[in-house]
Amino acid sequence: MQRQEIDARGLLCPMPVIRLQQAAPACDKGDELDVLATDPGVRADIPAWCRVHGHEVVEIREEGYTIRVRVRIGG
Amino acid sequence: MTRQIRAVALISGGLDSMLAARLIQEQGVQVEGLNFYTGFCVEGHTHAIRRQERERPKRNNALWVAEQLGIPLHIVDVVEDYKDVVINPRHGYGQNMNPCLDCKGFMVARAREWMEANGFDFIITGEVIGQRPKSQLRRSMPIVARESGAGDRLLRPLCAQLLEPTLPEREGWVDRERLLDWSGRSRKPQMRLAERFGFRDYAQPAGGCCFLTDPSYSRKLKDLWAARGERRYELDDIMLLKVGRHLRPRNHFKLIIAREEGENRFLEGYRRCFTHLEPVSHAGPLCLLDGSADEDDLTLAARLVARFSRGRESPSVTVAVADAGGGGRRELSVSPMPADQVPRRWYIT
Ligand code: SF4
Repeated sequence: MQRQEIDARGLLCPMPVIRLQQAAPACDKGDELDVLATDPGVRADIPAWCRVHGHEVVEIREEGYTIRVRVRIGG
Repeated sequence: MTRQIRAVALISGGLDSMLAARLIQEQGVQVEGLNFYTGFCVEGHTHAIRRQERERPKRNNALWVAEQLGIPLHIVDVVEDYKDVVINPRHGYGQNMNPCLDCKGFMVARAREWMEANGFDFIITGEVIGQRPKSQLRRSMPIVARESGAGDRLLRPLCAQLLEPTLPEREGWVDRERLLDWSGRSRKPQMRLAERFGFRDYAQPAGGCCFLTDPSYSRKLKDLWAARGERRYELDDIMLLKVGRHLRPRNHFKLIIAREEGENRFLEGYRRCFTHLEPVSHAGPLCLLDGSADEDDLTLAARLVARFSRGRESPSVTVAVADAGGGGRRELSVSPMPADQVPRRWYIT
């Protein structure tokens, strides 16, 4: 299992989702991607994007102003 | 065994493209969605900036539509390439700064590239003849098909019966009889079909799918170009045109003043890029200064910011000024500018 960080801080939605979408194809099933963002819209958009693509949001955590969304890549 | 036919649907987040995609899914075609992010898009979050609108659920409408349809949605960042569409539209603008016909051609062309790269068979859009001026006129339909290179692999399920049969129809991939013949501006058929499909709570943007159809937004974009003496923009420029009160007291600078708390928070993110002002002796809005300003200009700007603060009736308001990034911070004590000294023409509305 690999874990990778995507820094989308300072970007407005839907750019964080687009960054995640660009990184996902290079991943294997079970890999995790951590999206770091500041736009609270990611709380809704990343889970929605994951649902339509069969990935899973493992957790959403606030770290100061940063929101960390951990995504596990599906099959 | 017959081959699975696959179509790529342009998904704007509105009802029409959602209905078009579902009609094709119903015919056993596998559909995936494409949504283009131009920077001008009207979507949930933009509205959510302002506090009174924050009660509504925050969502990306295109993703919501994809979930309802049960299809993957690919959101494509076209911010850079789209600039040429807005700046030099071959077919001109609509009523405002909306280059709809060029925009449609651009999006369908990008969808065609995606279709070819991913081995899909055809493209669908939610266009209805006569629904919006220009881009959806009957004579515009072949222009989009031709200029995008999609040709007869472009199917418009909501008005297909009024157009020449396309490849998917001729090949029998879809049954033309089960496509529609909609034209005109009435929304009733859409609402009836949505009811039949069980779609509720769909987005109904007034005007159009992007800010370029908005008269006030268009005036702000024209002002930006006029002041800069050239037609160009960066993503931050066009995001900021969506927010705040815009005043141009001098040709070489403009002020963007938050109207309420939600906008204030949004502008916070731009402190690092712009000279900014903020009342400190009284509660008041954050203001970004776009352009260049000397000391006199800054005093004028501070007086305007003071005018929108709680201290507007006070003889003196202290306003902090800082350079982009926060350096050079200093405080100016100014008298708030009386409303009758602010010329109407300073407001870009
Ligand atoms: S309204 Fe905006 S997004 Fe829609 S076709 Fe016109 S220019 Fe393009």
